[in-house]
Amino acid sequence: MKSITRTVDPQHPLWQLTLMRWRIFVREPAAVFWTYVFPLVLALALGIAFRNRPPDPVEVAVQTAPGAEAWRDALAKDPAIHVHWLDARQAHDALRSGKVFVVVAAGAPRTYEFDPTRPESRMARAIVDDALQRAEGRADATPVKDRLVTEPGSRYIDFLVPGLLGFNLMSSGMWGVGFVVVEMRMRKLIKRMTATPMSRAHFLLSFVLVRAIFLLGELPLLLAFAYWVFNVPVRGSLLLIVAISTLGSLAFAGMGLLIGSRAQNTHTAAGLVNAVTLPMLVCSGVFFSAARFPEIFQPLIRALPLTALIEGVRAVMLDGAGLAAVAAYMAILLVWGAVSFIIALRLFRWQ
Amino acid sequence: MDKTSAICCRGLVKDYGALRAVNGLDLEVRAGECFGLLGPNGAGKTTTVEILEGLLPATGGTVEILGHTWSSGADSLRQRLGVSLQETNLPDKLTVEEILRLFRSFYASGPDAQDLLDAVSLTDKRRTWYSKLSGGQKQRLAVACALAGDPEVLFLDEPTTGLDPQSRRQLWGLIERLKAEGRTILITTHNMDEAQRLCDRVAIIDKGKVLALGAPRELIQSLGGTEVVEFTCDELVEEGSVSALPGVHAVKRGPDGLFLTVEQLHKTLPLLLSHLQQTGRTLTRLATHHATLEDVFVNLTGRQLRD
Repeated sequence: MKSITRTVDPQHPLWQLTLMRWRIFVREPAAVFWTYVFPLVLALALGIAFRNRPPDPVEVAVQTAPGAEAWRDALAKDPAIHVHWLDARQAHDALRSGKVFVVVAAGAPRTYEFDPTRPESRMARAIVDDALQRAEGRADATPVKDRLVTEPGSRYIDFLVPGLLGFNLMSSGMWGVGFVVVEMRMRKLIKRMTATPMSRAHFLLSFVLVRAIFLLGELPLLLAFAYWVFNVPVRGSLLLIVAISTLGSLAFAGMGLLIGSRAQNTHTAAGLVNAVTLPMLVCSGVFFSAARFPEIFQPLIRALPLTALIEGVRAVMLDGAGLAAVAAYMAILLVWGAVSFIIALRLFRWQ
Repeated sequence: MDKTSAICCRGLVKDYGALRAVNGLDLEVRAGECFGLLGPNGAGKTTTVEILEGLLPATGGTVEILGHTWSSGADSLRQRLGVSLQETNLPDKLTVEEILRLFRSFYASGPDAQDLLDAVSLTDKRRTWYSKLSGGQKQRLAVACALAGDPEVLFLDEPTTGLDPQSRRQLWGLIERLKAEGRTILITTHNMDEAQRLCDRVAIIDKGKVLALGAPRELIQSLGGTEVVEFTCDELVEEGSVSALPGVHAVKRGPDGLFLTVEQLHKTLPLLLSHLQQTGRTLTRLATHHATLEDVFVNLTGRQLRD
């Protein structure tokens, strides 16, 4: 073999390493499913479950009593009110079991029975009283007009899609990097590769690069799906969304490397990935707004990479925010990515 | 250190906590020779090799490979070495050719993927996933990966362990060709036939130390005889009582009885049998074979290599 001419292979090791990661990924049907298909299934399921419906009618019981028929008939004229004509005991049971929100009882004065801790009961009391007072001749002090707003951009599915995108980038980054690195270490593949002149930075960088390549598949797929199926709008710059998502992807790849930098077996790695991703899944506003948490936790929550990624994408997609408005989010992601990558490079266990 | 030595280590020590895996080991492998590290499992072979490969830091001692140390010349050394670890699990879902291209990309120069495939006779498996290869094919691929940088020095850690006899012979043929190309090869094994067939010199290692060093033939000759008689009796036989028999060079108590090293089987065996009969012992087992490196190890330690 010594006689064979030493031709220089034009293929760069960083490219070969990235290609390796890509091939291993696309040849693993489960990985492809969790990265590309699962977010669409989740978006579809949640989009259907939380679709906008016409408001439910207000359930009201009117107690049978002389003179109460007039109330019953007046309420029945309002299409938003559904009236039940019940005796005192039945009406009480219906209220207790939640079948009706409020009971109109005869007496002087007229009595509304309801549970003030149930929001729908408080609302029903106001609607019922308003309808009865009007029927009895009360006039509005100031004439008013309603304009109904139910448009794309303010529904739950619109809120959800940026959340799912962030969640997906986080879990595929952490599992796809953190877990895989540890698996390679267990197979002694990392040791084998460090016995070659391979650059260690190339090795680590290939994980980050391949995440950026995956993103170019994940992002358009989810956005296009959300647009076609649920008419979820993209109000701001698509390029800016790609930029934020890329930074997010790199941040999570860096964190994945950090998680995988020391762990000796995949159980430890899986535990670490869960310990990092689950709190963010709850706190960072994937399924509900992060603003629901007490004010005291807000600075912490806002500093999390998943919060920055989701809020940034949400601002651009739904509010049409520009670069200046999301620059802070992008900076947070950049810091997370750079700091974890640098620490990972120092801590990494090559043997 | 000799200028022609490719691998040289002095006073090598490696501790794992309280356990001393390598205990003051000296080795010198000359350029162009095939050198075998022979010893039972746990003797410290793999630890020694991984220190020499620059994968493990030593607790003490010096290592020079091709005249360089790992602390100063690691990057250029890696370009000139080829390594096959004791167990390498390459990625299951990459093809043979993809793996070779990957490893080739790490080296500044070397044969291309096709030459590597030809060298290890895997050309017809080039598009086969690693997971679908047989044990022998996997080992040949591991050797091909080690050849990706056209190395001057090749480290092969137990390249044939767990292989069937046919795959083993195929790999031996490959290693002999690599040797003929002038490469320096350091091979670890606990297979005697392998060491005797491939190695110019061997070091017998036990408990992190070199027990004996030399060409396989010399080591066997050092036993004093070329035939070995193993036997077990119903009652204890004293070593001293048989060592006095004419033609017996050495007596050693092994796990299953006594081992005699003799020069001429046809003369000594009848004497042994009549001696046992006269002393009232009954044989329960008797076997003879040509002396091997295994017997050298038994003679040195009183244990079998495969314990």
